[in-house]
Amino acid sequence: MKPYRLLLAITLLAANAPARAELSIQITQGVDNPIPIAIVPFQSSGFGLGAEDVARIVADDLEQVGEFRALARENLLSMPGEQSEVFFRDWQILAQDYLLVGKVTGTPGSQLVQVQYEFFDVNRELLLAGEVLTGSVSQLRDIGHEISNIVYEQVTGIRGAFTTQILYVAAEQTPGGGANFRLEKADYDGRRPQVLLRSQEPIMSPNWSPDGQNVAYVSFETDLPRIYTQNIATGQRRQITNYSGINSSPVYSPDGGMLAMVLSKDGSPDIYVQDLRSNELIRVTDHPAIDTEPSWTPDGRSIVFMSDRTGQPQIYKIELGASSFDIERLTYDCFQCAKARFLPDGNNLVHVRRETRQSPTYQIAIINIETLRVITLTDTSLDESPSLAPNGSMIMYATKFQGKGVLDAVSIDGLVKFRLPSAQGDVREPAWSPFLN
Amino acid sequence: MGTQSYSIFKASLLVCSLALFAACSSTNSVEDDEQISGGESDTGSTAQPSGVEQTPALTAEEIAAQEALRTTIFYFDFDVAEFKADDRDTLSYHARNLAANPDRRIRLEGHADERGTREYNLALGERRANGILNYLIVNGASRAQVEVVSYGEERPAESGQSEQAYSMNRRVEIVGR
Repeated sequence: MKPYRLLLAITLLAANAPARAELSIQITQGVDNPIPIAIVPFQSSGFGLGAEDVARIVADDLEQVGEFRALARENLLSMPGEQSEVFFRDWQILAQDYLLVGKVTGTPGSQLVQVQYEFFDVNRELLLAGEVLTGSVSQLRDIGHEISNIVYEQVTGIRGAFTTQILYVAAEQTPGGGANFRLEKADYDGRRPQVLLRSQEPIMSPNWSPDGQNVAYVSFETDLPRIYTQNIATGQRRQITNYSGINSSPVYSPDGGMLAMVLSKDGSPDIYVQDLRSNELIRVTDHPAIDTEPSWTPDGRSIVFMSDRTGQPQIYKIELGASSFDIERLTYDCFQCAKARFLPDGNNLVHVRRETRQSPTYQIAIINIETLRVITLTDTSLDESPSLAPNGSMIMYATKFQGKGVLDAVSIDGLVKFRLPSAQGDVREPAWSPFLN
Repeated sequence: MGTQSYSIFKASLLVCSLALFAACSSTNSVEDDEQISGGESDTGSTAQPSGVEQTPALTAEEIAAQEALRTTIFYFDFDVAEFKADDRDTLSYHARNLAANPDRRIRLEGHADERGTREYNLALGERRANGILNYLIVNGASRAQVEVVSYGEERPAESGQSEQAYSMNRRVEIVGR
């Protein structure tokens, strides 16, 4: 089952043009007592040099999310490749809680490889998981991420998000005052970026369909902001809106059948929902102030949005089908609260927060709308566009570093942070994919 | 980009012409709105590089109108959507110029600085441009002559995180179509 899934994913990726430069990751903050794990370099045979280091991919994955610390390779006492070569005492002496070993076997004259891994609880001297994954040499990175998912779930009980991807917008200034905009897709860690769309006009607000097959975004390619959807595998595009004024903020409903959006065709920006099958357009809010940044509640029945109807941006909620007067205000204690989205629990709201009028700094925070407790997750000053990993463990967001737009991720308890620096231009507006397999 | 380099060109013309007019100020105050023409089309004749004295064909009002029409970028205060009171006279000239030239079409491009969320800034840029749109209409322009588009924070005039850059980015540009 697994090998077929992996093969399919790669075939589709190859249809897109590769981006010029890769993002690479940098851990900026971790937990105090990460779980010690020994990840032994996988024994390999039967294929040439230049292939991916699967053990390194797994170690990087696990360290990035902050809860693990991989044993340095120079401290390994032995290099087992399978269970028969494992002596638990070695790993107990090194104070390792877990051990991962494996083998990569190539098939001469073929691109196919087999990756066998075994994952152990060192203290209980127990095999926790093990299997053989098959794919092509070019899929070794996917296989490594798949093994990371299994290890992460075995230890934390939470489904791993290492095989997920991100969308983001990259912008580069060009000589003469213009700019190039690219909509890109990459692995969750910024590796293997692919360009989905290039334009000399701005691209904004990428958003995944819940099945991970389509992206909705705003493009100014006609000189006006209009909403488009694009099939990621085929590249086939569809223009969804052509109303006068702002057409922005497309967000797929949890069932994928509808697109929430912002239109200013009737005077000021209001929230609308378009049914993607019937194309019926439903107006959700009706107010002369700015209403924007819609997101769906996890049950798909209500929409959370930002409005400056009281003078400054605050977060509101409205049930679909309710009167446009029947609106619940969710935030009161900030000068500006914006770009909100519920965590899967439906109680905690991720948002961008400017605490006071005096200090124009914008940070990523979570507010519990029952207790009103606020946790501010970031400490930089131009943080925006938070996007939640599908397993709810981390939030990726855009910020500025040395004058350049970069993507950072922070765990939802604020303890772990990592950064994906870009090689070229500004990157912004990350959108974390749903689970893709 | 076409639109941006156009604006920069216009701004530099304004500087040139201000310098010229300062040297030959007139006290003639005849008001004649009919003679205000499409400012951009005859800038070439007024911005003469030589030091020769200007032919006294233009009234002070015409000169003021031409200067006003060369001002095509209007700056805004932080978190403020209303244009500055100082820009009212300049915008009045633009409105009268549109009224006198019904075939003329312009585009109002609204912009914001990068502080605050992108979607809000997109809306804020539109609100700024709409403020100017309404003023132009009240003063004689027709709605059909003016297209409004907001770029939010996506097309900064100046990059960087300084107050100086931010103040240059909070703007509405009038662009000929």
